[in-house]
Amino acid sequence: MQPGQDLIASDIVQYLENHENKSLLRFITCGSVDDGKSTLIGRLLYDSKMIFEDQLATLEADSKKVGTQGGEIDFALLVDGLAAEREQGITIDVAYRFFASDKRKFIVADTPGHEQYTRNMATGASTADVAILLIDARRGVLTQTRRHAFITYSLGIRRIVLAVNKMDLTGYDQSVFNEIVADFEDFAAELGGDLEIEPIPMSALKGDNITVKTPATAWYDGPTLMQYLDEVPVDDQRAGASFRMPVQWVNRPNLDFRGFSGQIASGTVKPGDRIKILPSAKDSKVERIVTLDGDLDMAQAGQSVTLTLADEVDCSRGDVIATAEDPAEVSDQFQVRVLWMSDQPLLPGRKYLVKIGTKQVPATINAPKYGIDINTLTDRASRTLELNEFGVCTIALDEPVAFDPYKSVREMGGFIIIDRLTNNTMGMGLVDFALRRASNIHWQALDVTKDLLAEQKGQKPVVLWFTGLSGSGKSTIANALQQRLFATGKHTFVLDGDNVRHGLNRDLGFTDADRVENIRRVANVSKLMVDAGLITLVSFISPFRSERRMARKLVGEGEFVEIYVNTPLDVAEKRDVKGLYKKARAGEIKNFTGIDSPYEPPRSPEIDIDTVSCTAEEAAEQIFSWLRAKGYVS
Amino acid sequence: MKPLTHLDRLEAESIHILRETAAVAEKPVMLYSVGKDSAVMLHLAVKAFYPSVPPFPLMHVDTTWKFREMIAFRDRKAKELGMELIVHTNQEGVEARVTPFTHGSAKHTDIMKTQALKQALNKYQFDVAFGGARRDEEKSRAKERVFSFRTAEHRWDPKNQRPELWNLYNTQINPGESIRVFPLSNWTELDIWQYIRRENIEIVPLYFAAERPVVDWNGVPIMVDDDRVPEELATTAVMKSVRFRTLGCYPLTGAVESSADTLEQIIQEMLLTTTSERQGRVIDSDQSASMEKKKQEGYF
Repeated sequence: MQPGQDLIASDIVQYLENHENKSLLRFITCGSVDDGKSTLIGRLLYDSKMIFEDQLATLEADSKKVGTQGGEIDFALLVDGLAAEREQGITIDVAYRFFASDKRKFIVADTPGHEQYTRNMATGASTADVAILLIDARRGVLTQTRRHAFITYSLGIRRIVLAVNKMDLTGYDQSVFNEIVADFEDFAAELGGDLEIEPIPMSALKGDNITVKTPATAWYDGPTLMQYLDEVPVDDQRAGASFRMPVQWVNRPNLDFRGFSGQIASGTVKPGDRIKILPSAKDSKVERIVTLDGDLDMAQAGQSVTLTLADEVDCSRGDVIATAEDPAEVSDQFQVRVLWMSDQPLLPGRKYLVKIGTKQVPATINAPKYGIDINTLTDRASRTLELNEFGVCTIALDEPVAFDPYKSVREMGGFIIIDRLTNNTMGMGLVDFALRRASNIHWQALDVTKDLLAEQKGQKPVVLWFTGLSGSGKSTIANALQQRLFATGKHTFVLDGDNVRHGLNRDLGFTDADRVENIRRVANVSKLMVDAGLITLVSFISPFRSERRMARKLVGEGEFVEIYVNTPLDVAEKRDVKGLYKKARAGEIKNFTGIDSPYEPPRSPEIDIDTVSCTAEEAAEQIFSWLRAKGYVS
Repeated sequence: MKPLTHLDRLEAESIHILRETAAVAEKPVMLYSVGKDSAVMLHLAVKAFYPSVPPFPLMHVDTTWKFREMIAFRDRKAKELGMELIVHTNQEGVEARVTPFTHGSAKHTDIMKTQALKQALNKYQFDVAFGGARRDEEKSRAKERVFSFRTAEHRWDPKNQRPELWNLYNTQINPGESIRVFPLSNWTELDIWQYIRRENIEIVPLYFAAERPVVDWNGVPIMVDDDRVPEELATTAVMKSVRFRTLGCYPLTGAVESSADTLEQIIQEMLLTTTSERQGRVIDSDQSASMEKKKQEGYF
C-alpha cells in the first residue's frame, strides 16, 4: 500500500530503481497541547498509504473505545504509542515516524507540546532539517509557539512551516489566517532574518491542504503540506563547509594497516588532500578512503568512512581530522548556550562530563552570564539553570578540543553534558565561540618550586579536609590539631568556613549552586597553600561528595586527607553552639545542612572521627598519630 | 558529487552507531536472530569495521525450535566471516520440556526467549548488546532510543530515557547496567528490503517461496520442519508454495501462500499486501499494548 501502486504491479524493478534514489528529509512537528500534532502525523501516514488493513482495523476499534472524535477515526491514536499516555491522551516523549512519497523518505520527530517537555523537542530538533509548527487557528500564536520557534531556530533549523490548523473550525476565514501569519512574522523577525517561513492553512482532521488542496481555501495559492515537504531543498550546509571528521575508532586489523574511522561532519575529502590532526595540529595527507566496496575517489559530509594517512602520526578517538587549508579551532574555554534538561539544576563549578564529537572530557560550567526568557526573548539574571531553561554560560574543559561554532557545523559545535555520578544527560550546549583568555594565559614556570618550599620548612605539605555537619566539632578539632602541629614546629594554616565567608566568599549564599562554588574556591586556595609548603587544615561543612572529590583531584592524591567529623544530626543539634539549628527548625534560616539541605557522608574517608566518644583533644591526637604513621609528620 | 540517497544516509548512520558502541563498550555482543534485519545489521557491521573483523561476537538465543535452515545458515555465516558465534539455550526450559505445542506461544516465548536472553547476558556479562529492532515495527518501539538502557534486572523504563541529541550518544553506565543498541532504529521494512537488494545481501531461503509441507495449527498455517510436530497434526500436512515474512520458531511463524521466489517479487508482494509484517508473529496479538509490557519485563 504505497504510492505508485500501478508501477509496483506493472514494473517492480523500475519502481525499486526509482525508490533507491530517493532523498531523505527529517522534520519535526511541534506546537501546543491539542494543536493537533498527532492527528496531523496520523493523517500523513494515512494519506501516504502507510497504514495496513490490520492496523486500520485496530485504529477503528480503538477510535470507538477511547477516541475523541465521537466514533470517527481518531488519527492521533495511530501515533500515540505508550500505554500510559494513551490513557492520558498526551504524547509524553519523542517518537519517530516514517513515511515516504514518490520522491522522498521522511523521518518525523513527533515532539510533545506539554510545557515540561521542552527538552524532548530540542532532541527532535537537533537532527531535523525542517520544523512544522502547528497553530490552532482559533487560538493564534501562543507562548508555546514562540518557545518552540525559538528552540528550533537555536538548534539551527532555518525552514519553518507555519501550519495554521483547524481552519475548519474558523470557517476557513482568510483574515484569521492572515492575522496569525502577520503575528508570527513579527515575532520571527526578532529571531533572525534568515528564517524561511511557509504558512499553510489546513485541517489535519479533514485532510484539507495536507496532500490535497481544499476548495474551502480558494484564496490560498501556496503548496499543500506534502508538496512543500517533497520540494523543499535539502541543501545541506555541511556539504559546502570545510572538511572535518571526528575520529571514532582506530582500525588496526594487523601491523600493516592503520585506518581512522569516522562519520564526515562537513565538507568533502579526496586522497592526496593535506590534513591536520587536531588538537595536536600534526600535518599529514590522506592516502586512501577505504571501504568494503573498494577505495573511494572522494567522500562527502554524512558518509561513514575509514581514512588512511601518508604518515605515521599520532591520532586517536576524540581527535578531529580537518583540512589543512582551513582547520577547525582548538580551545578549552568557550562561550556556549546551554539548554538544561534535568530536574537537578545546573551546579556552576561542579565537574560534569562533556561529549563533543567523539571526545568526552571533564568540564566545569560557570554560572550563567544571563538566562534567556524564551517567552519574551529577553535576557534575565540567573545564577543557575533549571529544567528547560536556556542560558548563556562560559565553560572550561580539562583538555583542549577541536570545534566549529554550532551555527557553522552542528556536529562540530553541539555537545551534551553528563552527570558523573548518575550518568544522566543533564543538558545540551551549543558552542558560540572560544574565549581568548584560554590560549593567551600561559602557566608561569617558577624557579623556587613547591618541593623546595616544602624542604625549606622541613615538612610534607598536605591538605587536611575536615567535613561534617554544622556543630560537629570541625573547627574545634582543627584548632586543637593546629596547636599540636605548631608545638612541633610545623608550618600550618587553618581555612575556616565561617571566616572565609566573611571575605573571599562573602558574595555566596547557601543554595546548592553557591555551596559548590564555595568549595571550588576553597579547594583552589588550599591547593595554593600546599604549593607554598603548608600543612593546610580546611574546616568546611562541604556537604557534597562530588565537590570533595573535585578538591581531592585538584590537590592531588597523597596530598589530600579527608577527615570525616562524624557527629549524628541529633547530637550536633543538641549541642547547637551557635543556636543555628534552632533558627533553622524555626524556618528562620533556609538551606541549612541536615535540616532542609542534604549532607552526603564520605564513603571512605582517610580518617573517621567519632566525636560522641572522644574530646576535641583526643580527636586531634588521633589525627596526629595517623599523620605520623603515614609519614606526614616525623 | 552525487547527493546521498536515503539508503546512503541510513547506512552511514548505522555504521556510526556500530562504531561508537564498539569504541566505548567493554564487552559488546551482537544479538543475531538470523532473520533479514539481522542480515542487514551484520552486513553493516562488516562494512563499519572493514578491513578488521567486527570486534565482537555474535550471539543467538536458540529456542531449539528455529527452522533447520536458519541454523545451517547461521553457522555458515559466522564461519565465513570469521566471527565468534555464541549459541545459548535455556537448559532449564529444555529439561522442563517446554515446547510451543504443549505450553503455548506466550509461555514458550517467555521461557525460551526472554528468560534465555537474560540468562545469557548475565552469564557472559555483556555490557552492550546490539539488536535489530526497528522503530516502524510497533508503536512503543517508535519512542525507544537508539541507546536503550537496562537496569541490572534488565528492565526498561520508558519514562526515564536519556535524550539523544544529534549523533551524540551518552554511553555512560554503572556496573551491572547494560545498554541495548539498535542501529536499525530509523529503517523501515521497505528500506531493509531495498538495501538487501542494493547490497546483494544473502538471506535465509525461507523468505523465498518454495513447495513446503504445511499444516493448519490454531488457524495459523505453519510448516512441518521436523518430526516434533504432534503426529495427528503432522499427518494433515499438504505441500504448498509458501514463504515466510518473518523468521522465528517454526511452530510460531505463519507461512504465507506465495509464488514470489525472487527478491523483487518479495518486495512487490510486500508493497501490495494489506496486512502488516508483525501479523505473522503469534506473540503480538495478545493485547494492543503487549509489546511495551514485554519490553519492560526484558523481552528484547
